[in-house]
Amino acid sequence: MTNQQHDPSRVNRRTPGLESSRDHGSLRGYVIGYVLAIILTVAAFTIAPSKNMPSFSIEAALVVLAIAQMIVHLIFFLHINTAPEQKTNILAFTATMLIIAIVMVGSLWIMSHLAANMTPMDRVMSMQR
Amino acid sequence: MFGKLTLQAIPFDQPIIMGTCMVLIIGILAILGLITYKQKWQWLWTEWLTTVDHKRIGIMYTLLAMVMLLRGFSDAIMMRSQQALASGNARGFLPPEHYDQIFSAHGTIMIFFMAMPFVVGLMNFVVPLQIGARDVAFPVLNSVSFWLTAAGSLLINISLGVGEFARTGWLAYPPLSELSFSPGVGVDYYLWSLQIAGVGTLLSGVNLITTILKLRAPGMTLSRMPVFSWTALAANMLIVAAFPVLTATFAMLIADRYLGMHFFTNDGGGNPMMYINLIWAWGHPEVYILILPAFGVFSEVIATFSRKPLFGYRSMVVATMAITLLAFTTWLHHFFTMGSGADVNGFFGITTMVIAIPTGVKIFNWLFTIYGGRIRFTSPVLWTIGFMVTFTIGGMTGVLMAVPPADFVLHNSLFLIAHFHNVIIGGVVFGCFAGLTYWFPKAFGFRLHEGLGKAAFWCWFIGFYLAFMPLYVLGFMGMTRRMNHYDDPAWLPYLLVAECGAVFILIGILLQITQLVWSIHKRDELSKDARDPWDARTLEWSTTSPPPAYNFALLPKVEGLDAYWEAKQGAEASPQKAYEPIEIPKNSGLGFMVSFFAVIGGFGMIWHIWWMGIVALLGFIALLIGRSWDEHDEYELMPSDIARLERAGVHAS
Amino acid sequence: MSVDATALDSYPEESQPLPTRQHLTGFGFYIYLLSDGILFAALFAAFAVLRGATDGGPDSHALFSARNAFIETACLLTSSFTCGIAMLACDRRNRFMALVGFLVTAVLGVMFLTLEVREFAALIAQGAGPDRSAFLSSFFTLVSTHGIHVTCGLLWLTVLLVQFLGRGFTPAMVRRFLCFSLFWHVLDVVWIAIFTFVYLMGGYL
Repeated sequence: MTNQQHDPSRVNRRTPGLESSRDHGSLRGYVIGYVLAIILTVAAFTIAPSKNMPSFSIEAALVVLAIAQMIVHLIFFLHINTAPEQKTNILAFTATMLIIAIVMVGSLWIMSHLAANMTPMDRVMSMQR
Repeated sequence: MFGKLTLQAIPFDQPIIMGTCMVLIIGILAILGLITYKQKWQWLWTEWLTTVDHKRIGIMYTLLAMVMLLRGFSDAIMMRSQQALASGNARGFLPPEHYDQIFSAHGTIMIFFMAMPFVVGLMNFVVPLQIGARDVAFPVLNSVSFWLTAAGSLLINISLGVGEFARTGWLAYPPLSELSFSPGVGVDYYLWSLQIAGVGTLLSGVNLITTILKLRAPGMTLSRMPVFSWTALAANMLIVAAFPVLTATFAMLIADRYLGMHFFTNDGGGNPMMYINLIWAWGHPEVYILILPAFGVFSEVIATFSRKPLFGYRSMVVATMAITLLAFTTWLHHFFTMGSGADVNGFFGITTMVIAIPTGVKIFNWLFTIYGGRIRFTSPVLWTIGFMVTFTIGGMTGVLMAVPPADFVLHNSLFLIAHFHNVIIGGVVFGCFAGLTYWFPKAFGFRLHEGLGKAAFWCWFIGFYLAFMPLYVLGFMGMTRRMNHYDDPAWLPYLLVAECGAVFILIGILLQITQLVWSIHKRDELSKDARDPWDARTLEWSTTSPPPAYNFALLPKVEGLDAYWEAKQGAEASPQKAYEPIEIPKNSGLGFMVSFFAVIGGFGMIWHIWWMGIVALLGFIALLIGRSWDEHDEYELMPSDIARLERAGVHAS
Repeated sequence: MSVDATALDSYPEESQPLPTRQHLTGFGFYIYLLSDGILFAALFAAFAVLRGATDGGPDSHALFSARNAFIETACLLTSSFTCGIAMLACDRRNRFMALVGFLVTAVLGVMFLTLEVREFAALIAQGAGPDRSAFLSSFFTLVSTHGIHVTCGLLWLTVLLVQFLGRGFTPAMVRRFLCFSLFWHVLDVVWIAIFTFVYLMGGYL
C-alpha cells in the first residue's frame, strides 16, 4: 500500500505522461506534434507510389519516416524525454525495442534461410499425392 | 445447443481414467463436506478466496503447484511404467492414443501449472517483504493473476474426465495440432487453458516489475537489494517480454483451428515452421524465467547457512542481467535440425554456449560463499548442494548439444529428455523445494520437520539419478523420445533402472506430504524461533512469523546490503517513531469471479458452445465495469490499531 | 538473536517518499503497453514472413487501397491529438473541454473502425477473406488485433465518460484517463507501423 496522496494536484514528475503541467507540456507541444505527424504521414503517402526512385530507396525512406513519426509521438504525445526522472521509462522502452528487434530480425533471418534450404510446402504436398 | 459436447465425451470405457476421476470426485466432495461440517465457508471466502494479500496469494500459488505436481508426477510414473513394460512383444498398458495424451499433459502441467506457479508463488510471498514494501504494486491484479492460473489448471484437469487432452506434446507443433490432423477437443483444451493462464502470468510480470522498481523501502537502492529480488526482477522482465509472443502464437493457432485461417497449415501457403520459431522465441526465455528465481533462492540459502555475505554480489547481479539479455538470443537451438542451415545454426550455437558463462560465474560465486564459511547442513542446504552438482551436469550436457553437429544426432532422443529434466529438476524443482523449506516458517510460524525433509531430499536425489542417467545412455543408443513401445531389448535394463528412480521419487514425494502433515501436527514444538529460525540476513526475517497484513508497521530504513543482518549486529533500541495510518486494500472477489467466467468461457470455446463463450465474455466485461464503479478500494488502519496488533504480534512470536 | 522491525529506523524525512498511486498505476500501465508492443511485434513478424504466401490468390498490390488507409490514418492521428487536448483539459480541471475532447476522440475512433470494417467486408466479399491464404490470414489478424484494441479502447472510454459525467475529476478518474490516453497514443504508434509496412509497402512495393 503506497503512501497515499489523494490530492491529484500534488504533482509528481516521474510518471510517463501526464501528472504535472510541465510534463504534458502545453497546447503548443501537442500542436507541433500533430503538425509534424501530418507532414510525415503525407510525405510517406506521397513517396510510396513514386515511380522515380528504386524500390529500395522508397522502402528506406518509408522506414525512416515511420521511425521519425513514432519518435514524434513519443516526445510530443507520450512525453518520453531525457529528463532524469524518466530514466527508468527510457530504459524500459529501449529494452522493449531491443527485444522487438531481436524477435523480428531473428525470425526473418531464420525463416528466410529455412525457405532457401527447404522444399516449399506446396511441392511437399503435391509429392504426397 | 451444446456444440460438440455429448455424453460420449466422458470416457466410460477407460477404467484408469474413470477410476482416477472417481477418486478425484470423492476427494473433492470430501473436502467440500469437511469445509461445510466445520462451517468454514465464510472464513474461506474472506481469508483466502477474496484476499489480495501477496503473502496469501503466494501461499495459494505454491499450494496449486504442489497439487499439480501430484498430477504431473502421476503422468510421469505411468510413462516410466509403460516404457519398463513395453519391450518387444509386450504392449504395456497404455495404447498410443493414451500415451500421447499422457506425455503431453505431463509436460504441459509440469511447466505451466507446477513450475511456473511454484516460482511465481515464492516471488509473490518473498519479494515485497524482502524489499521492505507492504504489498505488491497492484494487489487486486495480483489476485486476478492467481485465479486466472487456477482457471487454466482447472480446465486442464477437466480434460481428464470430459473429452480428451492434446496428443501433440507440450508445445503442440502444427501441422499435427491443426484441425485436419487433430480434429478433437484435445488441442483446444491445451490452447484455451494456456491462453488464460498466460494472461495471468503476464499481468503478474507487470505487477512485480512495478513493485521492485518503485516500492523498495527508503534507502534500498538497487545495489542494496537482495539477490533473490534481483533474480525476481530479471525473471519478471523476461515474463513481460516473452509471454506476449506466446499469446500471439497461440492466438494464431486458435485462428487456424476456429476461423479456418492458414498461418501454420499445410495448405493455403501456411508455414508450420513459423510456429516453431515463434513458440521457441517464447520457450527459451521461459526456462530462464523458471531458473533465475531458483538461482536467487540458492544465493539466499547459501549466504544464510554459511553465515557469510554472498560472495561477489556485483558479479551475481551482472551475471543475472547478462543471462536475461542472452536468454533472447538462443532460441533456435531447439530446432537446429529443422533446416535453417549452417550459418544460422552456427550463430545460435555460439550464443547458447556463451550463456553458460554467466551461469558458471554464479556457480563459482556460490562455491566461494561456502568456502571459509561455517556451513550448517540443513535441508535447504542439501537441496542447494544437490542442485549445484546436478545442474552442473545438466548444464554441461546442454553445452554439448549446443554444438549443432552433435545436436543432429541427439535431437529428440532421450539424451535431450535427460538434459532438460536434469536442469529443470536439479535447478528449478530443487530450488523451489529449498525455497519452500527456507521460507515456510516465515509464512506459517513453524518450521517443517527437518528429518523428514532430509529423507525426502535423499529420495529425490537418488531417484533423480536413477531415473535420468540411464536416459543419457539410451539417447546415445538411439532411443527417441515419446515412444510408447520399442523393439530393441538392449534398452530394457536401462528403462527398468529408470523406473526404480521414479519409484524413489514417489517415495520422496510421499515423504514430503508426510512432512507437511506431521509438521502441522507438531507445530507447537516447531514454532520456536519461527521469526528468524535460520539467523538470516535479509529484511523479510525482521517481521513476525507470519507477518501482519501490512508487513511492516514502520517502513524500514535501509543503509546497506543484508540490511537485517546489519541491524542485528548493531542492535540497539532506537527511539520509537510514531505510527502513521496505513492504507490497506480491501478484499476483492474480482479475481475469483473473473476466473469463474474464464473457466466457463474456455469450456464453451473448447466445445464450440458459442453462446457460453459469449456469456462468459459479457460477464467478464460486466465484472470489470462493475468493479470500476467503486473507487474506494482501500481502508485505513489507524495508529492505535497498529500499535495493538504490533504488541500482540511481538508476544506471539 | 532476533530483532524486530522497530530496531531498523523508520523512514527519515530526507529520503524520497514512496510514489503516489497515480505514478505507480501509470508506470505499471506503461509496462503493460510495452508488452503489448511485443505482442504486435510477433504478429508483424508473422506478417513479414507470410506476406508472400498468397497460395495463388490475390496479393497486397491487388488488395490495398492507399486512399482508405490515408483517411483511416487521418482519423486516428487526429483522435490522438484531441485525446491530448482532452488531457490538457483534465489537468486544468476543465470539465467541458475534457468532455468535448474525449467525445471527438471517440467519434474519430468510431470513424476509423467503420472504415476498417467496410474494408474487411469488401475484401471478404471478393473472396479475399482470412481463410484464403496465409498472407491474408496474417493481414487480417494483424490489422484486426489493432482494431480490437481500438474497440476495447472505445468501450473503455464510453464507460469512463459515463462515470465522469457523474463524479467529475476524482483521483481515480484522473488516473484512468491517464491510462486511457497512454493506451490511445500507443495504438496510434502501432498504426504508423501498420500503414507503413502493410498498406504502403504492401500496396506499392
